Amino acid sequence: MDAASDIAHEAQHHHGPASGLSRWVFTTNHKDIGTLYMWFSFLMFLTGGSMALVIRAELFQPGLQLVDPGFFNQMTTMHGLIMVFGAVMPAFVGLANWLIPMMVGAPDMALPRMNNLSFWILPFAFTMLLMTLFMDGGAPNFGWTFYAPLSTQYAPPTVNYFIFGVHLMGISSIMGAINVIATIFNMRAPGMTLMKMPLFVWTWLITAFLLLAAMPVLACVVTMMLFDINFGTSFFNAAGGGDPVLFQHLFWFFGHPEVYIMILPAFGIVSQIIPTFSRKPLFGYASMVYATASIALLSFIVWAHHMFTVGMPLAGELFFMYATMLIAVPTGVKVFNWISTMFRGSLTFETPMLFAIAFIVLFTIGGFSGLMLAISPADFQYHDTYFVVAHFHYVLVPGAVFAIIAAVYYWLPKWCGRMYDERLGKIHFWWSFIGLNLTFFPMHFIGLAGMPRRIPDYALQFADFNMLASIGGFVFGFAQVFFLFIVIRCITSGEKAAANPWEGAEGLEWTLPSPAPYHSFGTPPKID
Amino acid sequence: MSQQHYYVPEQSHWPIVAAVSLFLLAAGTAHALIHGQSLLLLIGLVGVIYLFVGWFSTVVKENQEGLLNDPQVDRSFRLGMSWFIFSEVMFFAALFGALFYVRHLAVPWLAGEGDKPMNVLLWPEFINSWPVMNPPDTQLFQGPTTTVDPWHLPLLNTLLLVTSSITLTFAHHALKHEKRITAINWMLATIALGIAFLFVQAYEYYEAYTHLGLTLHAGIYGGTFFILTGFHGMHVTLGTIILIVITGRLMRGHFSPQRHFGFEASAWYWHFVDVVWLGLFIFVYVL
Repeated sequence: MDAASDIAHEAQHHHGPASGLSRWVFTTNHKDIGTLYMWFSFLMFLTGGSMALVIRAELFQPGLQLVDPGFFNQMTTMHGLIMVFGAVMPAFVGLANWLIPMMVGAPDMALPRMNNLSFWILPFAFTMLLMTLFMDGGAPNFGWTFYAPLSTQYAPPTVNYFIFGVHLMGISSIMGAINVIATIFNMRAPGMTLMKMPLFVWTWLITAFLLLAAMPVLACVVTMMLFDINFGTSFFNAAGGGDPVLFQHLFWFFGHPEVYIMILPAFGIVSQIIPTFSRKPLFGYASMVYATASIALLSFIVWAHHMFTVGMPLAGELFFMYATMLIAVPTGVKVFNWISTMFRGSLTFETPMLFAIAFIVLFTIGGFSGLMLAISPADFQYHDTYFVVAHFHYVLVPGAVFAIIAAVYYWLPKWCGRMYDERLGKIHFWWSFIGLNLTFFPMHFIGLAGMPRRIPDYALQFADFNMLASIGGFVFGFAQVFFLFIVIRCITSGEKAAANPWEGAEGLEWTLPSPAPYHSFGTPPKID
Repeated sequence: MSQQHYYVPEQSHWPIVAAVSLFLLAAGTAHALIHGQSLLLLIGLVGVIYLFVGWFSTVVKENQEGLLNDPQVDRSFRLGMSWFIFSEVMFFAALFGALFYVRHLAVPWLAGEGDKPMNVLLWPEFINSWPVMNPPDTQLFQGPTTTVDPWHLPLLNTLLLVTSSITLTFAHHALKHEKRITAINWMLATIALGIAFLFVQAYEYYEAYTHLGLTLHAGIYGGTFFILTGFHGMHVTLGTIILIVITGRLMRGHFSPQRHFGFEASAWYWHFVDVVWLGLFIFVYVL
């Protein structure tokens, strides 16, 4: 396998993929690894989605209907963990793998073997996490934010598997981030200066720094949990002089940058797609870069807006309130730039563009509800209600998930050399759009009316909106099975795609043939 | 070379070996914590050792064959190592952050300072002090009887580690001036200092447990003390192993005065560990 002579021989000339299973298990190729990430992410998306449907089925009517409350808690916890760490993050890393080397004119990622390892850790980590569903005491049931003491003193024994699962995911993310940074800093073709890089590359570079700074803090906090649970320390136990609020500070110091890790690459995707279908260059490229960097910097000084109600000093409440509101400024710059890009453009509305426009509109709704939550005194009312659930699902589903879907439609011709069916794509868009708004928009109202989150039963006055949300959830869920059908149909029997299937698309990836060759650029391309 | 052709490494089975052994180690440790013993953990440990030896040997072999003799690959390795160390810095930063939070906010609040005195409802007798010698609930957590004297073993350890950083730099200079034997001698001195540090640290733990009552169960002071010094000690252990491997490679003549990134990477790591210790010495022991 690792015979040195073979390596020396094969390093001389690049060649196509190995055959069979070994291609996928041993691969060092950024496209293979990107593909693995994308399929894994989709599998996790359906897994986490099924759990969401268990939740919505239980909440279809008031009263305990289908599952017992303990299992309901396991479902909310696992749904959150799987969607955050299993669906959204791997999808973005998969897109980074596929696109960054092509976009900067490189043959591959800078550290290809580590790239393989960052992917292959994930299936094992999630197998371990999902196994806990069948173990004594059940799966983790303390919410995806795993607040102490729920996750320490009152946790099921499987919390240990959860802790090591988080460690594995963290190792994977850190290696992935290092790889992205090394690729962008070191593998750009001559002439590809930093301020010429496509915005997807820029947003991912900044995301990689967020990952490197945030994931070790997550590793730290789960390690402290491990010690509290197994070795008798009292980090999060006031009886020994510790503090459960310390857990929340550490968790959200990771958690808030994490939120931006899940949205910055989405900003990048939308910034690629909007100019293409507006047939205009992106408005305010440099301001987009600086806005992304400002959002990333601010993300490290706003974490305690998640914990306004824990009893912080007034100065803390005020500082975190104003700092949080400051984020609206660079975010507003971005939304303004996207809209200005479309202004007086020759717009067409292919599927990626529909998803991108929906992203702008619906993400902005999520941003505004975020601004409402940032107001500390008002947050005392909204805290831990369905309003919060509505808020973060609006930024994550039509935000992160729509951007990922848009990216898949947009670059699928480049990946597999075939076009998807435009009519089916549009049906998928409207189906998802209606399903998602039906699910999450009513949650604003029941949240403002006081329905708490993470509860399997509710008072009668919330029944109508919950029923609507449940119907919407199933509508949205089945739309994604339809998406799977569209993608498979495209790969197997779509029409052949040209090297640049989009009239207005710019960028190095469109100079390569479709499907893109196994090693993107063997020699550096020329960039003017 | 990088101008004409990019270097793309060949497929390798080491990443998947790594993924499987890390999984076995993680699942095995969790299993052992719940059930008290675990065969998986042992298999995982063996796997991880096999993986590190195997993967690094492959890379070293490729390097000796000149496959990695490419400035672009060299830069990628440098970027990789620097940002890995950055992530380690963040890990320790979080631990230090936790220490500052409990010292300056959580413990005083627990003793009734601030706007929202909660000691009345919880433990009215609890008094704010650092180190916390009497945790709020002394039934559950027996505090330490004495604290570690910083000017005794910790001062010795500080001297050992700072000296080791200096000897490592001497080794680097010797290597650059093609004085391989001198470099090897300075490396051996560095390793000896690292091992001496670990022995002193182990003895300090032994004293803490047997004479000072300073244990993991001793409340928040014991927790922060052991997690900070413990993780640092793990890093020194790892760093010492790295230095031993690098010295072995130095003896076999793997490094030239111009190209010796393996050596530099280990040196960066060692200096990082040294700097963390200085933070520990000041904030955990002295202040």
